[in-house]
Amino acid sequence: MSAAHDTHGHDHGHDHAHGHAEVAHGTLGDYVKGFALSVVLTAIPFWLVITNALGSHGLTALIIVIFAAVQIVVHMVYFLHMTPRAEGGWNMLALIFTAIVLLIVLTGSFWVMHNLNANMMPHAHVSTADLP
Amino acid sequence: MSTSLSATGDIARYYDLNEHDHPEGGSTMLGFWIYLMSDCMIFGMLFGAFGVLGGHYAAGPGPRALFELPLVALNTSMLLFSSITYGFAMLAMQRGSKAQVQLWLFVTAIFGACFLGIELYEFSNLIHDGATPMRSAFLSAFFTLVGTHGTHVTFGLVWIAVLMVQVGQRGLTAANKRRLMCLSLFWHFLDVVWIGVFTFVYLMGMLR
Repeated sequence: MSAAHDTHGHDHGHDHAHGHAEVAHGTLGDYVKGFALSVVLTAIPFWLVITNALGSHGLTALIIVIFAAVQIVVHMVYFLHMTPRAEGGWNMLALIFTAIVLLIVLTGSFWVMHNLNANMMPHAHVSTADLP
Repeated sequence: MSTSLSATGDIARYYDLNEHDHPEGGSTMLGFWIYLMSDCMIFGMLFGAFGVLGGHYAAGPGPRALFELPLVALNTSMLLFSSITYGFAMLAMQRGSKAQVQLWLFVTAIFGACFLGIELYEFSNLIHDGATPMRSAFLSAFFTLVGTHGTHVTFGLVWIAVLMVQVGQRGLTAANKRRLMCLSLFWHFLDVVWIGVFTFVYLMGMLR
């Protein structure tokens, strides 16, 4: 901190790099590319599930989750204009923080609830998945 | 600070006498992004609730009996179209064309309204068939998650209408451009959440 403050103190004549200036703008090409990719990345999972082309539910589920993850990144890049430099890096930092918190909470929730279901259900041998 | 400490032995203090420039609205985009991240947490929790409760049908109807994928695909396309038309509104804003901004905002609102209409049609069908939020934990979690997303879209539509009026009255001022950029983040963010909804709720539901 001391070094940063010292340079800060000697530097008042200059512009401070607070990242105010950088506003992300998309171009027409960006939006069209993002849209085209999104259509493909949406159409394929729907087609896979409707036709059951792969024949295996587990494999289909894995693939559509991968497609969703890729499409989320596509939206982030082409529509939300996320870059590591947007707002001086604070956008990305906030996003990473959110992702980490969600990862911890969701993983923990599924883990705990799965254990509860497995060990504490009064009729543990009846799987809820077998019910209609 | 350490240098001044060793030099004077006194407690080092730092005063920023020259207040640097904070232009009006300079932190709005970051602030709005942080709001969106908090919204992301809300949806994350709702996805978590659905993930935990999504298989608890209480002997009621499950996803296979309830969901119609062609309708969901249509709904998804409406939201995707609205995303790119909002992009066109942003491009028109960069060109400084007020009339085109309003036109594309209007087109976006039409697609958004179609999305909401289809969703409400789906909800009314479900409720008519007895698949109400009270029927099972699965349906409670489903209506909460999808309904929260729909509520966000509804407020997005209100916001679009307000901005169409504001752009009409004041033109593309710096403040209005900032608002349009915030709404852009909001609208595209809702589309990102919808990716999660159609993948984890509808498509994975059909695979259960």
